[in-house]
This record gives sequence, C-alpha cells and structure tokens, in this order.
Amino acid sequence: MTVLGQIALWLALLIAGWGVVTGLRGVSGRRPDLIRSARRSVFALAGLLTVAAVSLITALLRRDFNVAYVATYTSRSLPPVYTISAFYGGQAGSLLFWAFVLSLFAAAAQWLTPRRYEALMPHVAAVTSGVTLFFVSVTLFASNPFDRLPFTPADGQGLNPQLQNPGMVVHPPLLYLGYISITVPFAFAVAALLSRRLDTGWLHAIRRWTLLSWTLLSVGITLGMWWAYVELGWGGYWAWDPVENASFLPWLTMTAFLHSVMIQEKRGMLKRWNMILITLSFVLSIFGTFITRSGIISSVHSFTQSNVGYFFLAFLVFIILGLAALLWSRLPLLETEARLESALSRESSFFFNNLLLVGMAFSILWGTLFPILSEWVRGTKVTVGPPFFNQVNIPIGLALLALTGIGPLIAWRRASPQNLKRQFAGPAAAGLITAVLLLALRFGDMYAGVAVALAAFVVATVVQEFYRGVGARHRLHGEGYALAFVRLVGRNRRRYGGYIVHLGIVTYFVAFAGMAFKTEMEASLKPGESTVMRSPYGHTYTFTHLGVSQYDRLNRWVTAATVEVSRDGKRLGVMKSEKRQHFTCTVNMSPCPAQLRRQSFEPSTEAGIRSDLREDLYIVFAGSVAGTEEAVYRFTLNPLVWWVWYGGVILVVGGVVVMWPGTGPTPASRRRAMAGYQVELVGSGRNA
Amino acid sequence: MHARTKFLGAAILVVGTVGYLMATGIKDTGMYFLTPSELAARVAADPSFRNVGVKMGARVVHGSIQRDVASQTITFHVTDGQHTFPVVYRGLAPDTFTDDVDVVVEGRLLTDGTFRATTLLAKCGSRYESVPRA
Repeated sequence: MTVLGQIALWLALLIAGWGVVTGLRGVSGRRPDLIRSARRSVFALAGLLTVAAVSLITALLRRDFNVAYVATYTSRSLPPVYTISAFYGGQAGSLLFWAFVLSLFAAAAQWLTPRRYEALMPHVAAVTSGVTLFFVSVTLFASNPFDRLPFTPADGQGLNPQLQNPGMVVHPPLLYLGYISITVPFAFAVAALLSRRLDTGWLHAIRRWTLLSWTLLSVGITLGMWWAYVELGWGGYWAWDPVENASFLPWLTMTAFLHSVMIQEKRGMLKRWNMILITLSFVLSIFGTFITRSGIISSVHSFTQSNVGYFFLAFLVFIILGLAALLWSRLPLLETEARLESALSRESSFFFNNLLLVGMAFSILWGTLFPILSEWVRGTKVTVGPPFFNQVNIPIGLALLALTGIGPLIAWRRASPQNLKRQFAGPAAAGLITAVLLLALRFGDMYAGVAVALAAFVVATVVQEFYRGVGARHRLHGEGYALAFVRLVGRNRRRYGGYIVHLGIVTYFVAFAGMAFKTEMEASLKPGESTVMRSPYGHTYTFTHLGVSQYDRLNRWVTAATVEVSRDGKRLGVMKSEKRQHFTCTVNMSPCPAQLRRQSFEPSTEAGIRSDLREDLYIVFAGSVAGTEEAVYRFTLNPLVWWVWYGGVILVVGGVVVMWPGTGPTPASRRRAMAGYQVELVGSGRNA
Repeated sequence: MHARTKFLGAAILVVGTVGYLMATGIKDTGMYFLTPSELAARVAADPSFRNVGVKMGARVVHGSIQRDVASQTITFHVTDGQHTFPVVYRGLAPDTFTDDVDVVVEGRLLTDGTFRATTLLAKCGSRYESVPRA
C-alpha cells in the first residue's frame, strides 16, 4: 500500500508543477486549453493526494511497523481512534495531511466559485498548485511518511500519552484546517494582483472562505486551550508559549482582514492594506509551521528538529519577496477611492481596530522572537515570558473590546452627535453602572473590572441592535417577535451573525477576566487528612485525602489519588487525579504479560477537574511520599473557565450564521432591489 | 485633511503606546537566558550579578536528582559540560523532569554557589515523539 502512496506523491509533484505552469501560461498566452488543463490538474491533485492519505491511514491501521512512521507513532495497544490521529501526530504525516487538505480546499474553490469570477480561477489554480507543490516536495525530499525501515520491529513506540486525548484528535486537524484554508483567500488575492482585476470581485469571491478559515482557526485555538487545560496539568489554558503564539498570530491578522475588507467593499479604501493583511496571514500560517518545526525557538512544545525548517525558510523568503515585488508593480492599480472624512466614523473605528490587532500581532511576534533578536544584536539571549505578553496585550485587548461595541454602531463617514447619542447612550450607561457596581463590591482587579464593564457595554450594544431590529420588523411587517427575530437574522446574516460572533468574543474576555482571580495551593496529606481553601466567591472548600490506589489499564500503569471535596460543609463528591506510566508490549498479546511490558514515554499526569459555570476545581496529584499513601497535591480554583468554551460555541454559531449559504455576494441588480427595503428601515428610524 | 490629521494623531498615539508598553515590558520582565558557563563568567566579572534573576538552560546531571516529597523540595545538578551548578527547587516538577533532560530554571545564584530556582521547566526531546531509550 505504501508503494501506491509513494507513487501518488510523485505524480502529485508532477501535476502540481503542471498546474502552476498551465495556470500562468494559460492566461498570459490566452490558451483556453491550458486553462482547462490547470483546472483539471487541481482536481487530479486532490485525487492523488487522497490516494496518498488513504494509503498512509491503511498502513497505520494495519500496523505495518516496517514503515518508520507507523513504528514511531503507533503501537499494538494504541486505540484505533488514536491510530488514525497519528496521521497528523508526527511531522511527516502532518506535512502530507497539509498537502492533502490543501488539495481538497483548492478543488472546492475551483468547484464552488461562481462562474462570474471565472477570470480569476486559472491564477487561483496556479497559486494553490504552487503551495501544494511546496508541501509535496517537503514530504518527498525531507520528511516522507512512507519511508521504510530495514527491519520490522515487533511493536511500535506508541503515541505520546499526552496526545491520547479526544481534544488532541480534533485540535490539530482543525487548527491545520484553519491554517491551510487561508491559502484560498491568499490565492484569490494573488490572482487578482496577477490578472490586474483589482475591483471588489475577488473580495466577494472569498467572503465565505475568509470566514471559514477564521472560524476554523478560532475553534482550533480554543480546542488547543482545552487540551492544554485538561492534559498538561499546570492549571491554565494559555501560557504564551511560542507555539500558542504562532497559532494566534494569523488569527489576529485574519481578524483585522475580516474587518478591513468591509471598508474596501463599502468605501473603496484600504486596498493595499488588505493585500498586505491577507499575504501576512498566509505568511504567518507558514511561519507558525516553520517555528514549530525548525526548533529555532525553544518551547516546551518542541518537535523533532530536522532540515524541514530550511525548506520553510526558503519558501517564506520566496513568498515575501515575490509578493512585495508583485504588490509594488500593481500599486498604481490600488489607489484608494475615498478619504477619511471624520475621525469619528465607522471607517476610523475600523482603522483603529486594524491598528490594534496588527499592533498586538507585532508585539507577540516580537516577544516570541526576542530571544533570537537579542542574541543577534547584543550577543546574549534575553527571554520574555507571560508577564511581558500580559502587560502589553491586556491594555490592547481592552481597547479592542471597547471597539467591538463602538465599531458596528457608529455611523459611516461622519458620526453626528445625534448618532452618537442615539447609539451609545444606553450601552454606555450599562457599562458605567456595571463599573460602579464593581467598585461598590470592591472588585479586586482593575483590568478584570474594566474588562467586565466593557463587556457589559458591548453586550448592551448588541442587545440594543437586536431589540431595534426586531421592533422595526414587528411594526413594519406585523410579524410576531419570534418570527421577526428569525427573519431579521436570516435576512441580514452577515450583520447579525457578526454580532453573535462579537458576543462570543465578549464571553472569552469575561473568562480571561475571571482568571485574574485564580487561586492555588499545595498540600501534602496523609489519608484522612484535609486541607481548606477559600474560593474567590467566598466559599470554603475542604479537600480530604482518601487514599492512593494502583492498577493497570490497557496500555498504562496508573497511580490514582482520590480526594473528597465539600463546599461550605456540604459534600460535593469525590475527585481523582492520576499519574500514568505508559508501556508498550514486546509481543503481540492483549492483555500484555507483566514481564513483557516496556516502559514508554515520561509519566504523565491526569488532572481531576470538576466544573461548573462559575469555577473549576482543578486538582493535580504530584506524587506520594516515599511509597506511603501520603500524597502531595496541588489544588487550583479557576474561575469562569467554562466561559472560554462557551465563548467558542457562541463564536461558531455566529460564524455559521454568516457563512450559511444563500445571501451571497449581492450583484448590483439585487442590491438595487434591496435598497428599497433599506430605505424602509431607515425611514422607520433605524440606522442602516 | 482635518479628519486625516486627527486620525493620524490618534494613530501615532496608539502606536506610541504599544511601543511604550513593549519597551517597558521587555525592560521589566526580560530575563537573561544563560548557560552555566555564561552565568559563571558573568558572576566572576561582576559579583553583583547574583542579584539579577536569570534563566539558565542546562542539562540535568544523571543521578543527581534528590526529591524530598514531604517538603516538596528537589535538589539536582545541572551542567553544560563545562560548569555545573547545584539547583534547589521547591514546588512540583513537571512530568518530563528526569535524568539527562534539558531544563530551564529561573531564579538566582546564592552566595554559596547554589542556584535557587523559582520555576522549573523541563523539555523532553520532543513532546510529540517517543524518546528513544538506550
């Protein structure tokens, strides 16, 4: 089977090259036959890489340990779902996964893009094939999952236990999907530049794609937080680790892009800026892979170091230089059509949003690369840690949160005092009242307090918008409130879906504010002993150590410590935290006889977590004292953790509302037809 | 033009603030990342350097780890092949902390030559791959 995969990869290499050549040459030489061929080669690539992917999965499932990749990442005792997730668990497989998914996205882009954007498609095919060509080459020449070993081991080394977690089955592919799907909007941008079709056509063609990658990135990052929280046992979900930062950077620039394209669509401004943002997002998605794969920055997340890094570096340099040259040659075509009329306007609030998002991205990039930069410049490595990132990003984040409320409501062009009063009087009051209440309650943390007050402000703006919109429909069309709500959202999905996304973001901010009140303690307890801890909400928790037990599971030895938890004297239940030592079996037997077990990997910790809407109890069993049942624990109270996951869900709902098929880009005729409707709404006293 | 000027003024203010936050952030929280040899050289050149918190990246000397679970104190030696420092750390060690791994300790050097660590990060060869055992 791996032979088939190998052949498919080589053919994919040829076809991808052909796609690049025919896509470019077809347009420049006005050769319809070549253009057709470019389109077909995109579909052929998808077919070939599917064959390669299936053949790797087959090798994994058949436990063909003669294949080095299979032997390195799986073992006989590994459950099937993790055997499949091993496809992207290692470097070589993840590169193939990348090429495979990209080829599917590229085919979908060719397939689904409406015919009115046909003129862009050959160049889109050339760009997507070019990027696929890169990933296939790296797979073939630097890190090939089909490489065979000179011998066949009896068992594989198994998957790292920390990756044996449901979150890890879905987090990497979703994050990859987010990264990879940025290639499509990027390809359209490059196609627009190459073909000089720089009207808003390409922006309309990629609306859904942009939102899709953004949503996937959001979900991927959030699942990564969830995984780190439940699996790594340090009691938090975000540590400003280089790898986390690398995933956050393209998210920030994509967020900026999502907003700034609206300015270009409406007002014909920011054309060059948008080109830069989408290119930057693509470059950062490759850069993220580069820093995680090359090991140039030390991170607890380090992967195998290999020469793959050089391929990525070369590719990055090529893209940055190529794009800079292309953009330079097209600058005259990207003249802005309008000027900023007032510093108090929708345009200006979006400019600030972009400035802050890119500023945030820059500061995070700077902090992440600082050890390297300082070593180059001063000869000594200086590192910055979470305090740096928090110190810089909390104020920026709060300013962005405020803009989340201001941007969607402030008038285009020039906000009149009446507009400001009408839109913001209520929400500002809501924010102020919240702030006063927090002060009265002696809320302990300034930044967290500001975040909560701003969150109230933003929520109030969104509620006001829904309230007014539903009210207007109710009055004008005589619809019941529920129907009016559904139609309001259904007929203005981009706008109201956007508000829902904003609510999701607010929920994240509230969760982050909660983490300011995280409390932690360590205790060494003999069986029957208890320790007491006060929660930020004023509750008293009592943890009573029950005992330590040891037992075997499918592929691991487990030492588990149990505590009984009560809150304010009322018993809540029993919590358990485990130390796990995984093993592999030297023969193919299940269960594995004790003497044939071979210890694999470092021991890992399973935290015990008990969640409710307000706070999480998070307990970690650190070890027992000299073989007795006395156990060392770390107890953590994490407020509002679930709000992060809820925020993620709300955000996805909003994203789906916006992306839902139907009201696509509006051609001029429909826009005119809709204009009457909008006038109606404006007439009813609503700000369209 | 007036709006543009106002906007530019505000934009410069924003960029300036971000720049200021970054500069002070690095000044306040930046930490030297040194190897044991570099730390030894720095302290030899300037004894007051002991009072500066640093991060030290080095390898755990095989067999040097002593855990006292009751007081949650771990003592071990780290080396870069040329200089070796004893390290004292109080707290929970990460799962990956064991003999011969690369660690990053954060803390300061005491006058008796012991490094008192306030944080301990350990790194396995690769978190995503099994470490081949000899």
